[in-house]
Amino acid sequence: MSDGAIIETRELRKVYRVGQVDVPALRGVDLTVQAGEFLSLVGPSGSGKSTLFHIIGGLTPPTAGEVKVGGQNLAALSDAGRTKLRRRTVGFVFQKFNLLPNLTARDNIAVARHIAGLGTKPDAQFDEVLRLLGIAGRLDHKPNALSGGEQQRVAIARAIVNHPAILLADEPTGNLDSENSKAVLEVLRDLNRRLGQTVLMITHNPEAAAYGHSTVHMRDGRIVDRTAPTT
Amino acid sequence: MTGKLVLENLKNRPMRSLLTILLIGVPVTLILTLVGLTQGMLSDAQDRQRGAGADIMIRGSDVKGLTSASTITIPARMVDLVQRQPHVKLATGVINERVEVIMLLAGIDMARFSQMTGGFTFDRGGPLKGPDDILVDRLYAEEHHLQVGQTVDLVSHNWRVAGVVEPGKMARLFVQVGTLQDLRAATGKIGQIYVQADAPANINLVKEELIRLLRDYPVYTMDEISAMYNVDQIPAIKPFTVVVAAIGVVIGVTVVWLSMYMVVLQRTREIGILKALGASKAFILGIILIEAALLGVGGTILGIVFSYGAQWLIQTLVPASFQMAIAYGWWPRVAAITLAAAILGALYPGLSAARQDPIEALAYE
Repeated sequence: MSDGAIIETRELRKVYRVGQVDVPALRGVDLTVQAGEFLSLVGPSGSGKSTLFHIIGGLTPPTAGEVKVGGQNLAALSDAGRTKLRRRTVGFVFQKFNLLPNLTARDNIAVARHIAGLGTKPDAQFDEVLRLLGIAGRLDHKPNALSGGEQQRVAIARAIVNHPAILLADEPTGNLDSENSKAVLEVLRDLNRRLGQTVLMITHNPEAAAYGHSTVHMRDGRIVDRTAPTT
Repeated sequence: MTGKLVLENLKNRPMRSLLTILLIGVPVTLILTLVGLTQGMLSDAQDRQRGAGADIMIRGSDVKGLTSASTITIPARMVDLVQRQPHVKLATGVINERVEVIMLLAGIDMARFSQMTGGFTFDRGGPLKGPDDILVDRLYAEEHHLQVGQTVDLVSHNWRVAGVVEPGKMARLFVQVGTLQDLRAATGKIGQIYVQADAPANINLVKEELIRLLRDYPVYTMDEISAMYNVDQIPAIKPFTVVVAAIGVVIGVTVVWLSMYMVVLQRTREIGILKALGASKAFILGIILIEAALLGVGGTILGIVFSYGAQWLIQTLVPASFQMAIAYGWWPRVAAITLAAAILGALYPGLSAARQDPIEALAYE
């Protein structure tokens, strides 16, 4: 693993079996992400962005190639090993927020702590994060009583409550209006700047991609370009 | 946190939770009602036998077992023979005629029977006077809405209700033994002889003497008769209870299976979220099993509550025909049966949930 790299993939391949047909989703991806980097990942639908995310996040194993996250070779990890990785090493933010609808915002955050075996109460510094996210006063509400922007900020809080090495955000503004989108993107940038949180964000929106330090372009299961955004 | 997750899930779909609890509760009620009826009716029969005030019973020579049909084969003159034996305070002949499947109509010698039992307590009316008079106990009168002076048709004969008495004296219905002998073409014969010893210490002595004297007739102390009133003496009741319990288990397993299968389908996305957060298979399975166990506990509690309702219904509608006890001793058993059924029913849906692919689960709409 390169010095300072928190994610490193080499010749990463993923083939899905659909019926009796093999569908290649990744066709040899080489990617290095440095700790503390905010990387935007763009590309058309079916370009392999989400598959890359899922592999880095330990949701699915690669078919071939190497993928190291926080020093761990994910290709060698069992299902249980990947489950463990998801508890503390990575945090997910999804386009559809994916909060548990029956729990309050506070409990949605607590459940992530509980699953990671860290109890349910966030540590004292987390109050600062909640203030940064602007949801400190909304924690006792259930998702259906929160706006889309608030739900996404709760989802971000849940994703980082266990201090993961990497925050993976899959279209985090895809379901938000422009005002809430801006707020969420600024939160992600603040987390990156103030706390040094490594962020990988999938987006279709060039303006959203511009919040990252650099942008990776994917097409047909390959990285075709990596550029610093022009803002 | 796991508990909160489970409770919130149950609260969030109250109709499903309540229906599942209801469907688990029904077989629990069935089991508790069946066992309660068995216990209640045996205990009531036992109490009424004790209420006769006798120490010894002599039965017909052809009678075998507790539930044998009553016969009228003992010569009535044997009552006087028994009466003359040492340490016998009182002997009285009785005919027990079965009516309405499980109800006994007792043909008695009013004077001697009253002497032995300490006498009837009359709610209304008075003792047997005419040959067609009948005494009914309060429960029978309530169940059949009978008043003193009304006519009641039993064993193909019309009887006039002479009195309503307090229950607890051997039978619920009493008529003159002579009338029953005539009706059964058994003049000069009786079904049983009830014997009272002059002192409790002499009961066994009297029994041994009567056995020696009446070689062909079974002689029992009332304690021995009481001991016969248990579930083991009724051959079909145990297998029947097992069958009802097995049906309860099948219903419980199926209900929980369907319910939890539905839960897993409805919560596929939530399961995906938990898996994305790093929840293990055991954690997911645990949530499903705990939820099923809570539904099982709820069903058990509801079944117990319903068994009180069944008891009230039985006491209100058929107080003379059926007696139902609350089978406290069976509460832990039904709880264990229900929990086992609930967990068994939740196992397959739980394992399916635990095995779900997180990406597919998250994409589930």
